[in-house]
Amino acid sequence: MTKLTDLTVVQALNGLKNKEFSAVELVHAHIDGMQKAACLNAFITETPELALAQARVSDARRASGHAKALDGIPLAIKDLFCTRGIRTTSASKMLENFVPPYESTITQKLLDAGAVTLGKTNLDEFAMGSTTATSYFKPTINPWTEGDILGAKRKLIPGGSSGGSAAAVAARIALAALGTDTGGSIRQPASLTGTVGIKPTYGRCSRFGIVAFASSLDQAGPMTRNVEDAALMLKLMSGFDEKDSMSVDIPVPDYTQALGKGVKGLKIGIPSEYRIKGMNADVDAVWQKAADMLKAAGAEVMDITLPHTKYALPVYYIIAPAEASSNFAKYDGVRFGLRVNGESLNDMYDMTRSEGFGKEVQRRIMIGTYVLSAGYYDAYYLRAQQVRRLIRQDFINAFKKCDVILTPAAPSPAFAIEEKQKDPLQLYLEDVFTVTLNLAGLPGICLPVGLSSEKLPIGMQLIGKAFDEETLISAARSLEESANFTHKPLFTV
Amino acid sequence: MYYVQGQTGEWEVVIGLEVHAQIISDSKLFSGASASFGAGPNESVSFIDAGFPGMLPVINEKCIEQAVKTGLGLKAQINLRSVFDRKNYFYADLPSGYQISQFKHPIVGKGEISLDLENGETRVIGITRLHLEQDAGKSLHDQSADDTFIDLNRAGVALMEIVSEPDMRSPEEAGAYVKKLRAIMRYLGTCDGNMDEGSMRCDVNLSVRKRGVKELGTRCEIKNVNSIKFVQQAIEYEAQRQVEVLEGGGKLVQETRLWDTGKGVTRSMRSKENAHDYRYFPDPDLLPLVLEASMVEKIKAELPELPDEKKNRFITEYGLKPYDALVLVAEKATADFFEKAAKGGDAKLTANWVTTELFGALNKLGKSIEESPVSEEMLKELVGLISDRTLSGRLAKDVFEDMLSSNKTAKAIVEEKGLKQVSDSGAIEKIIDEVLAANADKVAEYKSGKDKLFGFFVGQVMKAMGGKANPTMLNELLKNKLGK
Repeated sequence: MTKLTDLTVVQALNGLKNKEFSAVELVHAHIDGMQKAACLNAFITETPELALAQARVSDARRASGHAKALDGIPLAIKDLFCTRGIRTTSASKMLENFVPPYESTITQKLLDAGAVTLGKTNLDEFAMGSTTATSYFKPTINPWTEGDILGAKRKLIPGGSSGGSAAAVAARIALAALGTDTGGSIRQPASLTGTVGIKPTYGRCSRFGIVAFASSLDQAGPMTRNVEDAALMLKLMSGFDEKDSMSVDIPVPDYTQALGKGVKGLKIGIPSEYRIKGMNADVDAVWQKAADMLKAAGAEVMDITLPHTKYALPVYYIIAPAEASSNFAKYDGVRFGLRVNGESLNDMYDMTRSEGFGKEVQRRIMIGTYVLSAGYYDAYYLRAQQVRRLIRQDFINAFKKCDVILTPAAPSPAFAIEEKQKDPLQLYLEDVFTVTLNLAGLPGICLPVGLSSEKLPIGMQLIGKAFDEETLISAARSLEESANFTHKPLFTV
Repeated sequence: MYYVQGQTGEWEVVIGLEVHAQIISDSKLFSGASASFGAGPNESVSFIDAGFPGMLPVINEKCIEQAVKTGLGLKAQINLRSVFDRKNYFYADLPSGYQISQFKHPIVGKGEISLDLENGETRVIGITRLHLEQDAGKSLHDQSADDTFIDLNRAGVALMEIVSEPDMRSPEEAGAYVKKLRAIMRYLGTCDGNMDEGSMRCDVNLSVRKRGVKELGTRCEIKNVNSIKFVQQAIEYEAQRQVEVLEGGGKLVQETRLWDTGKGVTRSMRSKENAHDYRYFPDPDLLPLVLEASMVEKIKAELPELPDEKKNRFITEYGLKPYDALVLVAEKATADFFEKAAKGGDAKLTANWVTTELFGALNKLGKSIEESPVSEEMLKELVGLISDRTLSGRLAKDVFEDMLSSNKTAKAIVEEKGLKQVSDSGAIEKIIDEVLAANADKVAEYKSGKDKLFGFFVGQVMKAMGGKANPTMLNELLKNKLGK
């Protein structure tokens, strides 16, 4: 029999249904895995007792014939989702001891569906980064790292910001995980860990109870080991929430129905602007391979143009910090979180925020404050919003010709932090293929398609029309079948 | 006209007001927490109001309707599309580190208010805009020697900021503006206008210029002027101060000043150079607010009668004098009291009683019209007794005094004390005869030309009748008797 930790969500649900194992057994296996994988530092807070208690309730529910859609499935939750009674740190010293008295809408939905909480996963501080190395709780290590994890010479990053969730799913610690994506924080780590991640259309999933980074860009999404699990998770996470004014009140389709639809007749666009200078050759090769696979499966592959792509990163690094600088003003030491007392109120602000926020967060708050300042607003923020509209229009024009767009999800496979951390601008480039979707509010999925010459996973990104996650999932499932990516990380539980 | 008399001549004062009015609604602008006054510290606070991580604002439809209603009451342009912005600044009682407000695109645009001045003139004051925003919490510095306490009950409560054009020229006009604005909002039920509780607050923008000069002078903003009396005092003080600075050869700086209630002066708070950079930008947690034209039409159709229309109706329908009508409509409660009391009776007489006797009595008792010990029905009955000649005006005043203290109805008092006016000519004549017989000498004097004695006879008859004689009849009958 397959190890319980190697199952997919759908397989595990079938096993539970067929009484092959109990939820307690399934959860036990994952708690053991979580302990074995402590070296990865995928979790900030582990909740094994809670998980077992939930598993027992789940077994009882199943026994009484009232099993729910995700009953007994152990999940890892990015530590940006507020969870009632479980500390929620955002990987920041600022919230090191913050225990929310409320539950995010999405985690509540999953709890209501019977899911089990293994713990809260590591991330870049306040989701600002693409390495999970800016975490106050030390970096997470990519399970694709060669050799003994703790002694490894070249410790790979798992990407970020949802790096803990990605590592947990890749290393078989959790059957699935929750991530959030502001500029690529689900898709880039998925690419670097060989997992599947969806960033839904902006407004598809509620943001209520998720610690905000950049409000107009943030979206939650599932991280799984295959497209089918992602479709199932997305279905359970989606839907209008009156507590989030930006969530959209339209019906949620059953995404699992889209899985078998194939790509016959589907038009797949390849944007020439995504073939950037100095692009990693392996990534380029896998991209070509993916296009060929889709073509072979019956899709029509065509060149398209997204002319304003080159402005996406600068626009993103104006809008996201601007919103963050305002969103983060609440961390002032007055009502919750870290407080460092000073001589005066301003002193307390200075000391609390200097001590509570890491370097990257401080850098982005300063950038954001600057671009919103009187005299600079028009040149930066306003201009960025105008260009954002052009980027959105690019996609509208492209989707007149094609149904889905195929691009890489990250410019390179996983790397060691020392290789890029000197220059923050180089790390900002990690988001080059992903930020456009956040700016345009469009859905995207990343799935593993091939390996690099160093035997590291390379993921591809499919981009869909707004609220057309179904077509995205159909195309992703077809590509998944063709790619038949069965490689596992070097470290699994 | 109002001018400040300086060393070098007369100075005109140019005034604009910014009024913050708390919207009457059950819950706050973006959360479900209670917006009512009087809860214990931090009892009406949701996690949204306290700016907790992951919390999001959701607009309260009732507050939007109230703003639209107020805009319509100010005869203003309603903007079907408006935008909520974040106004960023750090303060301990501002939980999120920003206030959600409307900066570039307010919900209400240009409107006007017409003022009725003491001299009977009317002046129209322009309204620049009305926008919605959240209130902040309260910092309490007097609870402990070392710490500041914060009460967030008020944080997130819906405010309307109503900005006037710089159209006012005197403290009197500014006072009349605040009163009229408050009356309109009370009529509409959109703000209770209670300045003591802070549900209406005022900032004054003021500049001076030499009489006849067109260009506006450098203005100062005076914050936190929280009663009509203080508005007027602050204007007088600040206008004088500015004139003195200018005449002394000094230069005014554009700045924010604070009204010091205790000392009766304004003092500098911060100059323009040190003004906050609020870094306004559209709140990414909220979509632009788009109103249906039909919603605005519906609110318009259901708008209650406002002071100006009511005044005109009182003049035409009840034949009141413009001044009386104006006094009666100044407060909705007074107007309502009057209409109830006047219904089916002598409206002019009722108006007289309300504006003189009742106002006088309430003033003495320190009570509002809502707390009047004499109800509308009670006053109506009293006026009715005057109209049907049961009571003379003088007797009625005695009865009214009695009503105030005893809370009995006029009829009961009349009955109890036998105060009914005597209008039986035979009975009056009988007493007249007695009085004249007893004062034959005075009658002779009168007849020889001492006209003044007429009053003496009236007094004697009244005295003999315990003041109950119908005065008109008494006069006529007495004239007849003596005239022969």
